[in-house]
Amino acid sequence: MGWAIALHGGAGDIPHSLPPERRLPREACLRHCLQIGVDALTSRKSPLDVVELVVRELENNPHFNAGRGSVLTTSGTVEMEACIMDGKSMRCGAVSGLTTVVNAISLSRLVMEKTPHIYLGFKGAEAFAREQGIETVDASHFITQENVERLKQAKEANRVQVDYTQPVEKDVKRDELKPDGDSQIGTVGCVAVDSEGNLAAATSTGGLVNKMVGRIGDTPIIGAGTYANSLCAVSATGKGEAIIRGTVARDVAALMEFKGMSLQEAAALVVGDRVPKGHVGLVAVSATGEVTMPFNTTGMFRACATEDGHSEIAIWDS
Amino acid sequence: MGRGWAIVIHGGAGVDPNLPLHHQEEAKKLISRCLSIGVSALRCSLPAIDVVELVVRELESDPLFNSGRGSALTEKGTVEMEASIMDGPGRRCGAVSGLTTVKNPISLARLVMEKSPHSYLAFAGAEEFARRQGVEMVENEYFITELNKGMLKLAQEANSILFDYRVPNTGSETCGASMEKPLIMNGLPISVYAPETVGCVAVDSQGQCAAATSTGGLMNKMTGRIGDSPLIGSGTYAGNLCGVSCTGEGEAIIRGTLARDVAAVMEYKGLGLQEAVDFVVKERLDNGGKAGIIAVSRDGEVACGFNCTGMFRGLATEDGFLEVAIWD
Repeated sequence: MGWAIALHGGAGDIPHSLPPERRLPREACLRHCLQIGVDALTSRKSPLDVVELVVRELENNPHFNAGRGSVLTTSGTVEMEACIMDGKSMRCGAVSGLTTVVNAISLSRLVMEKTPHIYLGFKGAEAFAREQGIETVDASHFITQENVERLKQAKEANRVQVDYTQPVEKDVKRDELKPDGDSQIGTVGCVAVDSEGNLAAATSTGGLVNKMVGRIGDTPIIGAGTYANSLCAVSATGKGEAIIRGTVARDVAALMEFKGMSLQEAAALVVGDRVPKGHVGLVAVSATGEVTMPFNTTGMFRACATEDGHSEIAIWDS
Repeated sequence: MGRGWAIVIHGGAGVDPNLPLHHQEEAKKLISRCLSIGVSALRCSLPAIDVVELVVRELESDPLFNSGRGSALTEKGTVEMEASIMDGPGRRCGAVSGLTTVKNPISLARLVMEKSPHSYLAFAGAEEFARRQGVEMVENEYFITELNKGMLKLAQEANSILFDYRVPNTGSETCGASMEKPLIMNGLPISVYAPETVGCVAVDSQGQCAAATSTGGLMNKMTGRIGDSPLIGSGTYAGNLCGVSCTGEGEAIIRGTLARDVAAVMEYKGLGLQEAVDFVVKERLDNGGKAGIIAVSRDGEVACGFNCTGMFRGLATEDGFLEVAIWD
């Protein structure tokens, strides 16, 4: 027993050759966010508050694909989505298609607390944000030069693919293109448990580079990208479509509930069996303070800490 | 090879016990008609995924239930429809939300599954995809019925969210009476109202399962509200073992990941189909949440379960079982 926290900044084909100027700021951000989370937990903030706080920090950091730094749609715009869930009450909130809300995760919390609904999307969600007086900015705030470049590369790669006529090339799906390999399919997330066993999970993302306008991924879908109940809290990242199909976050909890597996066994089975290799990573904590951070991709930006003093910041397999 | 085809259809759970008889008859007639369309298609060896799409299209096109034409209205008096479809083999899936001009949302969900790199498209982007795919589009007016305009007026006068076929009622003999801490909407527990989504699950003679769900959502809902119907694992799920479609209080269904859980308890606890449905209705709906579930297994079994006053439903199997019912 004891508190525990884990967070991620996306799983994917992160090359081992990732240059220091791209690696170090991300590691620094993970360390900073972990510290904020640990401080909040030790000052007895509720896990729900902790995961929101940490994900806000991750959203505000342009190095990860959420909030500022979100990747761009095929039209060059940003459409952000997020989801939050409280383990004990199983209350949850989700948002999609945000274009001006600074912290998508906080709007999802407001959907959970201030509406009779769980999930608001697009214009209706933006209107709700204004009604609630949450901070909004011009959509251009979220767009970084790096992501403009990424979109350009993705589009060029797509054009090349269309130009090729070989059947093999036709099989290349648009979402499998990874022009520069790092954080293409990134998402941020945080899970936390306090020493009383209260759990919460939160996930936030800008989605997929060059995604179609209106595309919804796994992040805002309860049971896919995000889930928490009285046993565990889970935040997943990777190829959204595969995570939706695998109901990844719920299945970790379901295996614990229905098969009596430990957190680690359940998470390992889901990452190993429910989703094809190269598609998923997740962070999870259990009510008893266990942590696990498995992935079947090349790497996952991740960090965790537990009350008994274990702490870790990592990208690839150790 | 499977052990025979089977199909189940629903037109929503949580039926007003005082629903006039002629409405009940109309609903049964529609379900019978759609059921026989599905049965004929299965007899002609159409794959399950085609059958569920075909049947849900029929349900959408008829104004009776809350999907397609006849959808519930948003607080602004518009229609915003959503749907999802899932194919058991390979667990392929497609979903749509926030549609305003697409005549058959379920068919657009199918196109998202087959013609886009994504699983889920919503609002303006989904509409744009629909135009590019050349699916049938109509004015938003087409979906709006006089009956629903009246219902919206009623809901707005009560300043509340209203599901189809239900009028605000503060009496204790309602679905929401058992809630310990009911979510109060302007003085009324939200669960006194019941929704009316449509859905179909089928297994073909090859033993392949599929599921489809379509809805207009809640009466007087906020624009932008997304419910359980388009969410894979909540309103809709299909895998190798079974196909599942849910209806009821969307928010309770989402929290309970009901559709996935029917499959999960079969997979992880070894329960049979009906046992799985009963387990999920009993154990996975929190705070007195009300819902109904229909399901088929790859072995050609059918099952349904609900914990509210009734569910519009029709069931048929290859070995001759046929039932169209509303109440317990």
